[in-house]
Amino acid sequence: MIPEIGHFALILALSIAIVQGVFPLLGSLIGRNNWVAIAKPASFAQMFFLSVSFACLLFAFLTNDFSVKYVANNSNSQMPTIFRISALWGAHEGSLLLWALTLGGWGAAVGYFSKGIPPIMLARVLSVMGLIGVGFMLFMLLTSNPFERLLQIPAEGRQLNPLLQDIGLAIHPPMLYMGYVGLSVAFSFAIAAMIGGKLDAAWARWARPWTNIAWMFLTFGITLGSWWAYYELGWGGWWFWDPVENASLMPWIVGTALIHSLAVTEKRASFKAWTILLCILGFSLSLLGTFLVRSGVLTSVHSFASDPERGLFILIFLLVVIGSSLTLFAFRAHKFRSVGIFSLVSRESGLLVNNVILIIMTATVLLGTLYPLIIDAFGSGKISVGPPYFNYVTVPLGTLLLITMGFGFFIRWKKDQPSRILKKIWIPLTVSLVAAFVLPLILISDFNVKTTLGLFLGSWVTLGALMWVVSLGRSPFKLPLSSWGSVIAHIGMAMTVIGITLVSIYDTEKDVRLEIGQSYDLAGYNFAFTNIESLKVDNYIASRATLDVTQEGKLVNKMYPEKRDYGRDQMPMTEAGIDAGFTRDLFAALGEPLGNNAWSFRIYHKPFVRWIWLGGVLMGLGGMLAAFDKRYRRTRKVIVKQTLPSSELKNSSDQVSGATA
Amino acid sequence: MNKKYFIPLFAFIALVGLMLFGLKNDPKVIPSPFIGQEAPEFTLPKLYKQDEMITATEMKGQVWVLNLWASWCVSCRAEHKVLSRLIEKMKVPTIGLNYKDYGTEEYTDEAISWLARYGNPYTAVAVDTNGSAGLDWGVVGVPETFVIDKKGIVRYKFTGPVFDQAVDEILVPLIDKLRKEG
Amino acid sequence: MNNFLKVLIIPIILVSTFSTYSVQIEFHSFENPQRERLYLDLIAELRCVKCQNQNLAESNAELARDMREKTYQMVIAGKSREDVVNYMTARYGDFVLYKPPFKAKTLLLWIGPPLLLLLSIFFILKMIRNQNDQQTETITDDDLESVRNLLKSSSDREK
Repeated sequence: MIPEIGHFALILALSIAIVQGVFPLLGSLIGRNNWVAIAKPASFAQMFFLSVSFACLLFAFLTNDFSVKYVANNSNSQMPTIFRISALWGAHEGSLLLWALTLGGWGAAVGYFSKGIPPIMLARVLSVMGLIGVGFMLFMLLTSNPFERLLQIPAEGRQLNPLLQDIGLAIHPPMLYMGYVGLSVAFSFAIAAMIGGKLDAAWARWARPWTNIAWMFLTFGITLGSWWAYYELGWGGWWFWDPVENASLMPWIVGTALIHSLAVTEKRASFKAWTILLCILGFSLSLLGTFLVRSGVLTSVHSFASDPERGLFILIFLLVVIGSSLTLFAFRAHKFRSVGIFSLVSRESGLLVNNVILIIMTATVLLGTLYPLIIDAFGSGKISVGPPYFNYVTVPLGTLLLITMGFGFFIRWKKDQPSRILKKIWIPLTVSLVAAFVLPLILISDFNVKTTLGLFLGSWVTLGALMWVVSLGRSPFKLPLSSWGSVIAHIGMAMTVIGITLVSIYDTEKDVRLEIGQSYDLAGYNFAFTNIESLKVDNYIASRATLDVTQEGKLVNKMYPEKRDYGRDQMPMTEAGIDAGFTRDLFAALGEPLGNNAWSFRIYHKPFVRWIWLGGVLMGLGGMLAAFDKRYRRTRKVIVKQTLPSSELKNSSDQVSGATA
Repeated sequence: MNKKYFIPLFAFIALVGLMLFGLKNDPKVIPSPFIGQEAPEFTLPKLYKQDEMITATEMKGQVWVLNLWASWCVSCRAEHKVLSRLIEKMKVPTIGLNYKDYGTEEYTDEAISWLARYGNPYTAVAVDTNGSAGLDWGVVGVPETFVIDKKGIVRYKFTGPVFDQAVDEILVPLIDKLRKEG
Repeated sequence: MNNFLKVLIIPIILVSTFSTYSVQIEFHSFENPQRERLYLDLIAELRCVKCQNQNLAESNAELARDMREKTYQMVIAGKSREDVVNYMTARYGDFVLYKPPFKAKTLLLWIGPPLLLLLSIFFILKMIRNQNDQQTETITDDDLESVRNLLKSSSDREK
């Protein structure tokens, strides 16, 4: 019964989404205010029924209702509750429901926090979001219904892949989806602006916080995914340039570009068409990612069960959504004349360079990801494009980007003097150069061009941001949140860069055979194998080794690498023992028993690896802080008080001209 | 109207074309670089006479087939009937390359009893205990079937279990054609 | 025929998805650290041809193990990086290399990004120049009006 309610609620949500997608938009074009007014309540209702639907599926998982095919395929009663919950989005159908719910949630949030937005604009934004929702719910109901029942009810469900039975991976997909889907808000704002043919500073102020929040979720999602891969997959890697990872990276890079371009559009009324294009690109790349993950077009380690038929559906959906928005762009973009002009040396130019580099990066990642397919399509055989390629091309681009980043804060809008900038930057520039050359020599008595480059870029960006705060000469507590946000996000980026540089160059690893009582020395640490025991936990049996890690005779930590057997035809899983630290991680994975109380181990020393994710967390926090800047809310209130009636009038007349133009 | 604003749209249309191709394409099938190249040499013991060796060179001068199989390979069982029919019909000399099977700890004598159960259509069975000959032939997964012409050039590779339609439409015409060649 | 093949192959692929996780630990000894480095680099840059998308180092598929072993044998026999790469590409084509070789069909892949960068620099400079020209020529009453309005209220009307 409950699954049927869920199914029915999903159908209701679809019907509401159709209404939400059609009437407010139509009403805004032909001037029917009562149709326009549907948008907000519809977005709430859609959210409500999607929640009901989601809750019903969740209930089926929690009560082990194996009559539901999706539950039986992905969950069993032995699994801990938390993973029975996360199993809901562990496979294709359920993850789509989460996608739809997230989209509904974003729509309702836009509806709720929209007091300052003119009803016509809001109606169009919510209509576009409604139409996207229609596509996803149709997809679910036609090809991937999570509520499908089984005629023969199994007594026990299948095991969720043990890799996915992990807290990191339980929250990684929701975060990522919040980010992917969150970009649909900026996208919808862009479409609404194109329909209206008008794009002003107020528009940019509405779009900015939503973009920031979506970007924040994307940042957290990617960071979490990378961290998960590191500790769960057992070989200490944190980024593999797999197509699926690239699919999440591309919208993130475009989102980063969009955040900066929106700033120019708001403050200087410039980059308008470009901003619109980035809004479209960001969400389009999210959709493209969905397609790549689920269609089986590219081989990936993380692929969902791929199905060409589903792939075709998503492709048609892509064609409709992206194709129509780019067509609209092609015919409307010329309307967005940029008013603000700027000279070669100006913050606008700096941000333009930033945007261009970010877009080239995106294009490069896309090119590398799709190149095997392109070669294949031209009948020239099969090739692989992997980490060596991506590292090779992104490092120079990243270097350029970070050099620009360091200048960013100091350059004035519109026009600036190189001599003035030079006065401001010489301190951070000198300090970071000295640090980059001297620090490695003192600390590890080594000189490596890559280390120096990485350290220079990291400290240059960090010092640039910090010196800017200092040079303002006012209390840092009086700085607006958005400034804090960008300072913190930039420092986060610098941390990530330093982490990547150091761990790539200085990590060491060794495969060793240890008997109980034996030990091995790596990077100044002694790893002593002291014990091995067998444990029965929830739904697996673990062999757990104990490694005593000492440094110069002093105990640093005990590590407990495990090998887990989940039975039921599942491969054994490696659960690494990790001693995390601010400047280094020690990482041990347990291999096979070799007889005679001996086991094989793989031991890593990974300097500064944690900085990669700490940087990611800082970036996300920065994005969040910036989104909560008072400015976005205050402006709204002003608009509400002063111009609500007139803006409504103006906008509706605007509509008519927009529709006939 | 400005032409440059159409660039993203056109780029996207090209991308959709690529995706359409991708949907019909299987990224897992890797073409063998041996096609048109000389067949890699191997010298392996025969399954029933372990002291006798068989080599690729001694097959020269005739059109022949190399079939990689193993007793632990489930789809080889499905393939076996079809392959036997091909060998029977075309009277084509076929070497079964028994890949990482006989003589390994887990599978002692498995290959012999497998052939006893399902029939032995092969001219000879070569035993590749550690898989090194398989690697030389660029094995991706068993079963795999190669067709080699009179000059010892690899002309065709079939990845995965051979099925009836492939035998009738590809292998039989190919072997006929290769036999007519000089 | 193609579809039939897919029906047969896809279930096999699906079963193997994810199943290749869990570390493979092997003990190898090398003459010197350079040889060891070469081995580690090679198994990181060679692709397991049977896996979803993993290099030799990360995969514990049986074939990956054999390919690692072959690589190891060649490395300790004193073979160069090129020798190993040539051996592998002779059997599996360029597919086996995660770093695609520079040749005609990968031309766009390798020169695309720098080319894009150069073009962008050119267009940025041109755009900034043009925009300055435009400004002096085509400032209209409408523009002035819109600027005034922008200054007047935070809500704007730059039509």
